[in-house]
Amino acid sequence: MALSRRGLMAAAAATPFLMRVEDALAQGIQPKRGGTLNTIVNPEPPVLHVGVNNQAPTLIVGGKIFQGLLRYSAKLEPMPELAKRWEVSPDGLEYTFHLQENVRFHDGKPMTAEDVVFSIMKFHMELSPRARGVFARIKEGVAVDPQTVKFTLSAPFEPFLLMFDVTVSAIVPKHLFEGQDYRQAPAVQKPVGTGPFRFAEWQRGNFIRLERFDGYWKPNQPYLDAIIYRVIPDSQSRRLALETGQVILTQSNDIEPFDVPQMRAQPNLEVQTAGWEYFGPLMWVELNHRVKPLDDVRVRRALAHAVNRDFIAQRLWFGIGKPATGPVASTTRFHEPGAKMPAYDVEAAKKLLDEAGLKPNGQGVRFAIKHMSLPYGEVFTRLAEFLRQSLRQVGVDLQLESVDVGTWAQRTANWDFDTTINYLYQYGDPTLGVERSYVSTNIKKILFSNVSGYANPKVDELFTEARDAADPKQRQASFSAVQKILVEDVPLVWLMEMAFPTIHDRKLHNVITSGAGVHASFDDVFLA
Amino acid sequence: MNSFWRNFARNRGAVVGLVILLLVIALAVLAPVLFPGSPWDMVAAPFAPPGEMGMLLGSDSLGRDVAAGIAHGARVSLLVGAVSTVAALAIGVTLGAVAGYLGGLADEVVMRFTEFFQTIPSFVLAILLVAIFTPTIQSIVFAIAVVSWPPVTRVVRAEFLSLRSREFVQASEVLGKSRLSIVMGDILPNALSPIVVLSSLMVATAILLESALSFLGLGDPNMMSWGFLIGSGRSVIRIAWWMSVFPGIAIFLTVLSLNLVGEGLSDALNPRLARNRGGAA
Repeated sequence: MALSRRGLMAAAAATPFLMRVEDALAQGIQPKRGGTLNTIVNPEPPVLHVGVNNQAPTLIVGGKIFQGLLRYSAKLEPMPELAKRWEVSPDGLEYTFHLQENVRFHDGKPMTAEDVVFSIMKFHMELSPRARGVFARIKEGVAVDPQTVKFTLSAPFEPFLLMFDVTVSAIVPKHLFEGQDYRQAPAVQKPVGTGPFRFAEWQRGNFIRLERFDGYWKPNQPYLDAIIYRVIPDSQSRRLALETGQVILTQSNDIEPFDVPQMRAQPNLEVQTAGWEYFGPLMWVELNHRVKPLDDVRVRRALAHAVNRDFIAQRLWFGIGKPATGPVASTTRFHEPGAKMPAYDVEAAKKLLDEAGLKPNGQGVRFAIKHMSLPYGEVFTRLAEFLRQSLRQVGVDLQLESVDVGTWAQRTANWDFDTTINYLYQYGDPTLGVERSYVSTNIKKILFSNVSGYANPKVDELFTEARDAADPKQRQASFSAVQKILVEDVPLVWLMEMAFPTIHDRKLHNVITSGAGVHASFDDVFLA
Repeated sequence: MNSFWRNFARNRGAVVGLVILLLVIALAVLAPVLFPGSPWDMVAAPFAPPGEMGMLLGSDSLGRDVAAGIAHGARVSLLVGAVSTVAALAIGVTLGAVAGYLGGLADEVVMRFTEFFQTIPSFVLAILLVAIFTPTIQSIVFAIAVVSWPPVTRVVRAEFLSLRSREFVQASEVLGKSRLSIVMGDILPNALSPIVVLSSLMVATAILLESALSFLGLGDPNMMSWGFLIGSGRSVIRIAWWMSVFPGIAIFLTVLSLNLVGEGLSDALNPRLARNRGGAA
């Protein structure tokens, strides 16, 4: 096992019910070679190359084929993967990674520092807007020797170490991409990585089969012979496949929240919601500040008071997910527990609306406003209906509009909405995943930017300070201050820290061992 | 009028249908009295089975009363059925009358236009229209009307073709009555019986269409309808069968009653035909 002791303990502490190789050994369960893992991928990914497509299905399957330099515990501490150790210079400008030995790509060629430099400086710089935003800060990336890579930043950037997960910057073979159009290269359709499983077969609309890679760099691993991802588009059929044992692992959106309680009741199945800490998805009601009266902070506070977030987490999502407390999810770094958004309090909401001069008319309606439901399936439709009834209690008439996914994305990006639902990944650090929704420099007609149009110079200043500070303590101070301002200003009504259920047969071990959960390489997963 | 009722009552099924239909209409009218407040209100714990927590027919995934949903949904379903049928009749009767009475080029043009609509699968066209105009109660009524008028046009045209050469029509023409008053005063009243029968069936079809659209999530998100109830219950049918079964029964009974009434009307309006079939069905 190439886990650092510290990372291992941190991960174990965060997910106490998990069985780890060490725990298994203590209980007399030896990791065993052999067996095929039957599972599900939904929806079917367009390609399997994690650099070319970074939607969840691609990342989950591709995470077995590719690896990053690092992986992360549930507390987001970096742990070794393709890098066995690393050093950061005291000024926070130089990052040196020492690579594992004997790492080979699936085509037999050795992985060297050259491949790492190519992956970071060229491949992901060109293909991934998110990676580009951070890697553009690298002044120089060099292969010191075949086992050592050094990146020199132009200015300190404390969250830099969070950028090396397989889902962000997988290491790709330079010899299969250099000099070609990265998107069109043959290695996109036949992905070649360093992961414990290699791509074997893909029958479109049916299944994807990955096979054990015998040349994997960890001796005697992986334990599984193969992983088969079945494509099952209907949610009830997926549930049935899990119940009958045709598949022994489901993840992400495979099982609908309302089916989860029954799965929990099955003695042979284990349901976990850990393993999304690295992504930290936070869901909120997006408010368009250009629409009156949403520009009034008293109205926004009233809306936040009017929604019972416990009901959403418990009744709509059946306990998968936690009520939000503010703009930074509690699993994300620099979460400030002292910053609390307005609590559920119908009377306080009515009082604030009265103060804002919005009196109820004969039908008890103070004002009407539109709500574009998020077209991501039934549970989101129920959420919109729940919000409408919640706001009706305080005299706000929420009129629902149903749209398709394309229309939703286009209208949200073009500020053509009053209110809607959105959820964004926080990627472990507020600079990487929170800042974009609140700073005025990011008010753009682009999806997942600051589409609400919230602008507060103090907030801009604090986010900039936190981004540029090299010292985590200094960053914490800025982030705490900005969270306290945001929960007062309520630019958006935060609803829930989302999680997704991972359900597996109890004979499958080590499914979730990191903050990226089922996106991990599965080199230590075994059947016993 | 008496003979009309006698002929109608001779068809027992039609009487049963009429009773059910009247009950459904009464339910729709009395919904605000029977179930005050909004059917969207969350009044109980989610997934309460029928009979528990004061929920006669159980509660849904948000704790909304299924019985209240069915009562208020009856208003929407019947309203959509009635309004869209009236709209479809307006289009269908006008075009059918023009084609059948004028004949010639007008007939050709109208019938080709009608055939154009008949070749498109009606449900697919309805989905398309609702999706384009975003799902609201108006767009749903519009879509159902647009897909259901062609049969009316054909029936009306056929009636007009046979009636316009009758002596009483020729007499009116000789008297110098205007074309409009001949169509409205002489021909249309005599062509009414197949239209009445057809329209009762069209209401039933419209209710089914609206339910099917809502089931697919293309209903008006602000209106509680039966299709919506079934659609929202479909995925949780293994947890809460009552969420889809009771609205399903409501749709079944209403559509059945409309069909029975339609048959009764047909018998009452064409007594000779009914007697040839062996009298009381």
